[in-house]
Amino acid sequence: MGDLKDLILIGLGSALVSNVVLSQFLGLCPFLGVSKKIKTSAGMGAAVIFVITLASFVTSIIYDSLLVRFEMTFLKTIVFILVIAALVQLVEMILKKYMKSLYEALGVYLPLITTNCAVLGVALTNAQKEYNLLYSTVNGFAVAVGFTIAIIIMAGIREKMEYNDIPKAFQGMPIVLITAGLMAIAFFGFSGLL
Amino acid sequence: MSREKTSIFSPKERILNGLLTENPTFVLMLGMCPTLATTTSAVNGVGMGLTTTIVLTLSNVIISLLRNIIPNRVRIPSFIVIIASFVTMMELLLQGFLPFLYDSLGIYIPLIVVNCIILGRAEAYASKEKVSLSFFDGLGMGLGFTVALTAIGAFRELFGAGEVFGFAVMPDSFVPITIFILAPGAFFVLAILTAIQNQVKIVGERKGKDMSKIGSGCSEDCMSCGENGGCSHKFIDTTEVKNQAKEDAE
Repeated sequence: MGDLKDLILIGLGSALVSNVVLSQFLGLCPFLGVSKKIKTSAGMGAAVIFVITLASFVTSIIYDSLLVRFEMTFLKTIVFILVIAALVQLVEMILKKYMKSLYEALGVYLPLITTNCAVLGVALTNAQKEYNLLYSTVNGFAVAVGFTIAIIIMAGIREKMEYNDIPKAFQGMPIVLITAGLMAIAFFGFSGLL
Repeated sequence: MSREKTSIFSPKERILNGLLTENPTFVLMLGMCPTLATTTSAVNGVGMGLTTTIVLTLSNVIISLLRNIIPNRVRIPSFIVIIASFVTMMELLLQGFLPFLYDSLGIYIPLIVVNCIILGRAEAYASKEKVSLSFFDGLGMGLGFTVALTAIGAFRELFGAGEVFGFAVMPDSFVPITIFILAPGAFFVLAILTAIQNQVKIVGERKGKDMSKIGSGCSEDCMSCGENGGCSHKFIDTTEVKNQAKEDAE
């Protein structure tokens, strides 16, 4: 039972309390770039959940079974970035070949995610906190869910914001960043959760 | 070196280019992750900026040295490995000699690997130009980044804690606006910065100047980063891989 409690705490902590975008600033590019419409941001969110969970799983296996065993943990940055880049590419090819419908839904977003520093960030955090395979995967999933929540809320606000009269200098990015700042304040409310 | 050439190919010009013309933060808006996350104080800004500068300069030199050896098809993964090696070295050095900085920058040190600026410079400059110029290019860009991070860090520290570089500069009656050193403050500061940038752009365009360079490398849409001189998402060129797959199939 202790395990389950830990997992829930890790999940809530990563998804809400220290939200990957709003308090860690990881994955800002897609958060700002692909949040114009709810539909596309949901697609992006799904792709991120898929990739980060998978990447956490794979990098955790590699970290525990290769790097830790052979005392090469200092190589983790190099190894993780290459593994993640190769993994995203591989996933894209597999989806294209065997799962056409899923590829059509996620395909456009996959190449974008490789750059997403959130993927590398989660893998490094998992290694830093010495999470085991299960914890790493759950943490990865929770972080990605946090990203999805943030990007969908942002898209919802931006869709409404189109009808607003915004000063010229603040149109585009500045107003989106202010919205993100307000969302970050709102997410502080979750800090009492744990 | 002839007169005409000095304008494009001189160390001084490269440094000025990085500091002013193509300032990665204020003009191109690249590398926003570290800019927001590590500017909670001026010291952190300097630390992050200088670490990035060293990585950028060294990786530019090595990439430029190897520019005729690295096959075009695997250049991005090769660049990444070179950059990641230097990042790892810097991480270990910081851990050994500046532990306080290592602790406060934390995960953002290894994340220098995915900083748009470094791969962008490798792709847009170091892989084409000679070693000495690539060195100065990296140095200039890095210093531009450092200046920007320090300025933002000092601004946030001034309002968020009433201090600059740890020295109290505000009068005692000043109540720190703590939000500035917290996460939302980073977004607000960046929002103000982009608004100023927009305003400069609007005014400049009214005067008929070419302002196409000023703008967001990353924030508008990630997909345009490639054309603006490279961004980290370029590190897997999907069309290349697809062409390769096509070739293999045939």
